[in-house]
Amino acid sequence: MQRIGVFVCWCGSNIAGTVDVQAVSDALKNEPGVVFSTNYQYMCSQAGQDIIKQAIAEHKLTGIVVCSCSPRMHEATFRKTAAAAGLNPYMVEIANIREQCSWVHKDMATGTEKAIILGKAAVAKVNLNAPLTPGESPVTKRALVIGGGIAGIQTALDIAEAGFPVDIVEKKPTIGGKMAQLDKTFPTLDCAACILTPKMVDVAQNENIRIFSYSEIEEVGGFVGNFKVKIRKKARYVKEDICTGCGICTEKCPQKKVPNEFNMGMDNRRAVYIPFAQAVPKVATIDPNYCTMLKTGKCGICSKVCTAGAIDYTQKDEIIEENYGAIVAATGFNPISMDKFDEYAYNQSKDVITSLEFERLTNAAGPTAGKLLRPSDGKHPHTIVFVQCVGSRCAACAEKGKEYCSKICCMYTAKHAMLTRDKYPDTEVYVFYIDVRTPGKAFDEFYRRAVEEYGVHYIKGMVGKVFPEGDKLMVRASDLLANKQLNIQADLVVLAAAIEPDKSARSIATMLTASMDTNDFFTEAHPKLRPVESPTAGVFLSGTCQGPKDIPETVSQASAAAAKVIGLLAKDKLTGNPCVAQPNELMCNGCSSCERVCPYGAITYIDKEFRMPDRTTAIRRIATVNEAVCQGCGACTVACPSGAMDLKGFASAQIIAEVDAICK
Amino acid sequence: MKKVAYFPGCTLRTKAKDLDKYAKDSANALGFSLEEIENWQCCGGVFTTSKDEIATKLSSVRALAYAEKNNQILLTVCSACHNVIKQTDNAMRNDSEFASHVNNYLKDETYHGTARVMHYLEYLRDEVGFDNVAQKVVNSLKGVKIGAYYGCLLLRPNSVMQMDDPENPRIIEDLIKALGAEPVIYPYRNECCGGYVALEDAASAKKKSVSVLESAKQAGADIVVTACPLCKYNLEKNASDVKVVYFTELLAQALGVKGDENE
Amino acid sequence: MNKETSKIRDEIIRSSGVNPKKCMRCGKCTATCPAFDEMEYHPHQFVYMVENGDIEPLMQSKSLYKCLTCFACVDRCPRGVEPAKLVESVRLAVIRKQGANHLTSDDIPALLDEDMPQQAIVSALRKYSK
Repeated sequence: MQRIGVFVCWCGSNIAGTVDVQAVSDALKNEPGVVFSTNYQYMCSQAGQDIIKQAIAEHKLTGIVVCSCSPRMHEATFRKTAAAAGLNPYMVEIANIREQCSWVHKDMATGTEKAIILGKAAVAKVNLNAPLTPGESPVTKRALVIGGGIAGIQTALDIAEAGFPVDIVEKKPTIGGKMAQLDKTFPTLDCAACILTPKMVDVAQNENIRIFSYSEIEEVGGFVGNFKVKIRKKARYVKEDICTGCGICTEKCPQKKVPNEFNMGMDNRRAVYIPFAQAVPKVATIDPNYCTMLKTGKCGICSKVCTAGAIDYTQKDEIIEENYGAIVAATGFNPISMDKFDEYAYNQSKDVITSLEFERLTNAAGPTAGKLLRPSDGKHPHTIVFVQCVGSRCAACAEKGKEYCSKICCMYTAKHAMLTRDKYPDTEVYVFYIDVRTPGKAFDEFYRRAVEEYGVHYIKGMVGKVFPEGDKLMVRASDLLANKQLNIQADLVVLAAAIEPDKSARSIATMLTASMDTNDFFTEAHPKLRPVESPTAGVFLSGTCQGPKDIPETVSQASAAAAKVIGLLAKDKLTGNPCVAQPNELMCNGCSSCERVCPYGAITYIDKEFRMPDRTTAIRRIATVNEAVCQGCGACTVACPSGAMDLKGFASAQIIAEVDAICK
Repeated sequence: MKKVAYFPGCTLRTKAKDLDKYAKDSANALGFSLEEIENWQCCGGVFTTSKDEIATKLSSVRALAYAEKNNQILLTVCSACHNVIKQTDNAMRNDSEFASHVNNYLKDETYHGTARVMHYLEYLRDEVGFDNVAQKVVNSLKGVKIGAYYGCLLLRPNSVMQMDDPENPRIIEDLIKALGAEPVIYPYRNECCGGYVALEDAASAKKKSVSVLESAKQAGADIVVTACPLCKYNLEKNASDVKVVYFTELLAQALGVKGDENE
Repeated sequence: MNKETSKIRDEIIRSSGVNPKKCMRCGKCTATCPAFDEMEYHPHQFVYMVENGDIEPLMQSKSLYKCLTCFACVDRCPRGVEPAKLVESVRLAVIRKQGANHLTSDDIPALLDEDMPQQAIVSALRKYSK
């Protein structure tokens, strides 16, 4: 039998104003197990805590109930108080008679009645409480960053700076991501390469950072502090440690007709290639889909011209296994396909392009060496129409577009329009917009400059259809403010395609047991207060994999994720939450229901030997819970058909006792 | 020979006899026959979108019910009939309130949403196969530049019609290729010809039709093909030097079943 | 909005199945409308005016008989608003009134030419009269 003490708090008049606290402490005195009951003005104050400590000692209490504010507020406080008096902190229960009682009731009689009921429920629960001790697990002091764009780069640099080793896994042959493809960046118009490539070099030179480029995550096991990860390092048919990045092979390769993905397919590269001059690592990669040697066994020119002897046609994929304390997802984004929006004739005319293609067309390292020329005939366009929100804010059809705002398009379009007018003042530039969204430091000023100083024509309305006619593009659009239908004869049409999470994100999220929203963006643990953490312990989020973001926001979030990782890796041991799932081996029938619903991958099945009544032994399949991974959500306890799974501290019997006490 | 339930529609019995005849003759040449359903009535030409328009949709439902009872495919050739019947089918499948109102009217001919409405073009693509059509071609139309004219009824609303990419369709172009001719892509191929508004505002229809024809001509088309009698009327009325024909006529010609009187 | 207008508006919204509140005012419907020049009120105005109960001017307008029901606005609307269905329901609200047919069978002979297909006549009657 427990010896329970009840402590009713007035919270000044917050509780005592609507609840007769004396009546509550008197009523609870007669509950089973209760040996002491009192009330006080501020139970959380030093004097209030002393009352509790004294009572624990004097009445040899084995459990206490504090009738006060929400456990979110002061559960930790009272647990500490109990521990200081030698009582196991998990023998403390809080009855919330403030937020859930005094604050929502106006009538003293009702408030008092409800407070007594809530107190009785808490007493009923403490009667079944048992002392709990949290476990500890060690922390592997190494972090994994998945994705080597600006988000992954910034996160890795910050973690490395704090002295912890970091691995970046990037599926492309080089780090740099989308930012490496950009020309200039809004709103300051500094050149993307000029600010990104030094960071890429920092990554390469940092002793704490290893880059696994052209590599993908194969498998993730373990849990916070102790992840075990398999990385597939894809065969690039070039020995990375020997290749000097001289580029001779990429000039001599006879296979010249490979669409160059770095330039959005607007020019060609060779079958052996280095994506761009500032690539990190600067080593060549052979594309097995196009290499004649790999496909037919005849050629071998790159091997002959390589003075370093780095070409290796026999290279195989390699699996690397490594342990990590924390994992950061930085998987980035892509523009959506324009296939479902052919009213804009993207598939019917070369001169209808996406904004990322426009970015390459104006980039000095792009297919036109930075000259703005039409893809169809290489002529300078004199009239350019930009179309905003292509596939963004699109709720008509899930297969077509995205319901969300892609956030970055208003600003990069203003940038494109402004830079075009700056460099080619003879060009007329039209931007069709639904709303111009520019919340950000110096953003609206930037957009207004495009209109007021550079003479970009901003028209409130949408383009309905683009008609390719001869070498022109007839753009039919609405001008809502003038209530007109416009027909503009354009030379180039640029579509601000919506952005979506990289396709690899879904399988990575599954491996990480990290949750995603319906758009395949990673979900954060709390949208406001824990924005860089996944709900899965030890998994953090960096950049656009969590939602659309521009570069300044991405870098801020990347550093925030790094800070969280550093906070984790700085610990030698992690203290767990003792309120975790606990299977009853004798009742478990091995059905796997719990394993399937567990969002954290905390449950596995083992075969265990049991002694049977007739002195034989039998092997039975039973559930086991990894207490370091379990987050105590309780999903398994309700999924278990035989009632074998319980949550420590929240066992079914305890919950039912509470309900019984309320319904009595 | 495979028999397919067929809804011809009123215009194919009168002004658009060619569309019907060539469809039947070509079908025979390709190994299937069009079996006209019993007691069909005019579809009404346009689908009335209002949820409480019941009576105007009953004839389509009767045709659907017939196909449901028999062989599940209901074939149409006229774009308008196809559009009306397919949209009616969709309403019967997805609007239970509408369906119960309708079925209350149709005592012995109730419809439960299981017929498969197919346009002749879809049948050629999905059941016969354009490759097989190409093999049966005896008079190749090699060198002829043909612009496909879809108009609106075949493609829209796409959520219901589901025939092809509504903004960049290829089904008629693929047929044109199968017949040995050269398809010409032009941007007005899925813009409206002016439709029934022609009856009281010929000028409006003229403007739209001329845009379509100009667009096709500029892209190099000698002939424009259509599946819709009203499109054919509007385009032909405003055509100068581009010929407008039904797709079935070209098909019959290529398959060698057009008959000498038309050669 | 008076009671009578509000009743007409609700009826139009109900029978068309269109929720004008889904409109985000992008104007793509109007941008793509082939009957723009003939219409006094354009598709986006139909949506906005029905939402606000400003229906009388629409009911008086010849725009009702200029819409081609080509569904370009329906297919291209990014929010799935389906303006053409709204136009149709406003038109029905007019022609369902006693003696308010826009076209009668007596009018037809004068409008015909010898090539006019039956399809045009039945379609126009469906659209313009009850």
